[in-house]
Amino acid sequence: MGPVVVAEGLDLTFRTNDGPVQALSDVSLSVAPGEFVSFIGPSGCGKTTFLRCVAALETPTGGRLSVNGMSADAARKARAYGYVFQAAGLYPWRTIGGNVRLPLEIMGFPRAEQDRRVKDVLELVELSGFEKKFPWQLSGGMQQRASIARALAFDADLLLMDEPFGALDEIVRDRLNEELLGLWGRTGKTMLFVTHSIPEAVYLSTKIVVMSPRPGRIAEVIESPLPRERPLDIRDSAAFLEIAHRVREGLRAGHAYEG
Amino acid sequence: MSVFGLALLFWLAAWAVNAALARSRWRDASGVRVVVPVLFGAAILGLWEGAVRGFGVSPVILPAPSSVAARFAGETGLLWEDFLQTVLKGALSGYAIGCGAAFLVAVLIDRSRFLTRGLLPVGNFVAALPIVGIAPILVSWFGFDWQSKAAVVVVMVFFPVLVNTVQGLAEASAMQKDLMRTYAASYLQTLLKLRLPAAMPFVFNGLKIATTLALIGAIVAEYFGSPTRGMGFRISTGVGRLDIELVWAEIAVAALTGSAVFGLVSLVERWVTFWHPSQRS
Repeated sequence: MGPVVVAEGLDLTFRTNDGPVQALSDVSLSVAPGEFVSFIGPSGCGKTTFLRCVAALETPTGGRLSVNGMSADAARKARAYGYVFQAAGLYPWRTIGGNVRLPLEIMGFPRAEQDRRVKDVLELVELSGFEKKFPWQLSGGMQQRASIARALAFDADLLLMDEPFGALDEIVRDRLNEELLGLWGRTGKTMLFVTHSIPEAVYLSTKIVVMSPRPGRIAEVIESPLPRERPLDIRDSAAFLEIAHRVREGLRAGHAYEG
Repeated sequence: MSVFGLALLFWLAAWAVNAALARSRWRDASGVRVVVPVLFGAAILGLWEGAVRGFGVSPVILPAPSSVAARFAGETGLLWEDFLQTVLKGALSGYAIGCGAAFLVAVLIDRSRFLTRGLLPVGNFVAALPIVGIAPILVSWFGFDWQSKAAVVVVMVFFPVLVNTVQGLAEASAMQKDLMRTYAASYLQTLLKLRLPAAMPFVFNGLKIATTLALIGAIVAEYFGSPTRGMGFRISTGVGRLDIELVWAEIAVAALTGSAVFGLVSLVERWVTFWHPSQRS
C-alpha cells in the first residue's frame, strides 16, 4: 500500500486586509498507512492549516498534495476521512445518537445499518446509554467523545483531529488519550493529530512533526521508537523523556529563527 | 362614590393577596403563576367598573366592563361574523401567504450575496411605509372584500419574516458548515440538516412579530372600504353611531385573538426550538 498522505513543497498564502500571510511554506511530508502522526508547534505555525488542506477545507496555493493517491478534494468527495474539530460542535437539536447518525444519513446508509453503526461507535467511545441525551446535557469530555464517535461512524481509514482535547482538563485528557490509543490499536486507522501539548504528542505518536511559525513550516520530524502498546506510565520512562526532550529542543530551535 | 370606594378596596385587597403570593414559598407553583396575573386583570376591571359607576361616566366616553360583557354576550352572532371576515379570511390568509412567501424567497435568495445584502435596506424601507398610506391603494386594487385585507397583511408581514429568515440562515457557524463539507454533503442536505434548524429561532422571531402586524393590518385596512361586516368596519361605524359598547366588544375580540395566536406561535416555537438556550428549562 502506498502512503496515505503525500505533501510536496506545499505552500499556502492567505490574502488578508493586512496583506498576504504565508501560512504554509514548503511543507513536505509522507504518512504511511496505520501511522499516528502528531503536529506540534506554537500558534500560527500552520499545523491546523495543514490538516485543513488535507481535508480540502483549504486549498494550497502551491506544491502538490495527495490523499489516498488522489487530490485532497477528490478524497473529500470520496469521504476518505473523518474530521474532529477543536470544539465538539454537536448539533443541539439532535440527540447524541442523532449526531452520530448525521454523517450516515448524509452518506445514505440504510436505516438498519445506521442503527448498528451508531450503537457500535457509541460503545467504542464508552457512551452507550447516552444515545437519547441531548449534547447540552453532557459534560465537555463526553461531548468531545461523541464528536469522535461521529467521525468514526462511517469508518473512514483516515482520522484528522484538530486539538480535539485542547479545551479539556488534564485528567479527562489523559483518559481520552488512553482511549484514543486503544481505538487506534484496535482499528489500525491512520491518524493525523494536531496538539499543543508535548506529552500528548509523544504519548500518542509514531511520528512527531515539529512546526515553527512565520511562515509555517516543518522544523523537524521525529520518529518515535516507543512500542505501539503504551500504558500511561510509559510517560515516566527514559525513552519517553528523551523524545519529549528532542521535541522541546526542536520547538526551541524553530523559535530561534525569529530573533 | 361608595361604589368606587368598594372597587378601590377590592383593588387594594387583590394587590395585597398578589404581593403575599409573590413573596410566599408557592410563588413558583404553576397555579400561583396563573392566579397572579388573573387577579391583577380582575382588579383593574373592578377598578374600571367602580370608577365608571361611582363617577357616573357617560357610556359614550367609557362604558363599564359589565355592560361591554353584556353586549358581547348579546351579539355573539355578529361578533363571530366579523371574526370570520377579518381574522380568518383577511388576517389568516394574508399571514399564511405572506410568511410562506417570505420564507421561500429567503431560502431562494440566500445563495446570492447581492440579493441578501440589498434586501435588508429595502425591507426596512417597506417596513417603514405607513399602513394607512398603502391600505387605500391595495383596496382599490383588490376590491372591498377580504382579498384586499389579505394583501395589506401580506405586505406587512413579508419583510419582517424575510429579514429574520435571511439572518437565521446565516446563523450556522463556520465549523458546523465545515463539518458538512467534510461529509461532502450536498447544498440541499446542508440546508435541511443544518442551516434551517439553526435558523428556526430567528424564523419564529419573525413569525411572532408578524402575528401582531397581521391583526393590525387586517383591522385597519377595513377603515378604507369593506363590505358591511368585519371588525374594522364595525369599530369605525360603531364609533360613528356612538355604539361604544359594541366597539369595546370588538376590541376585546381583537385582544383575545391576538394573545391566543401569539401564544399558539410561541407554543410551536417552544416545540421546534426546544434545544435553544432561551427555551431550555
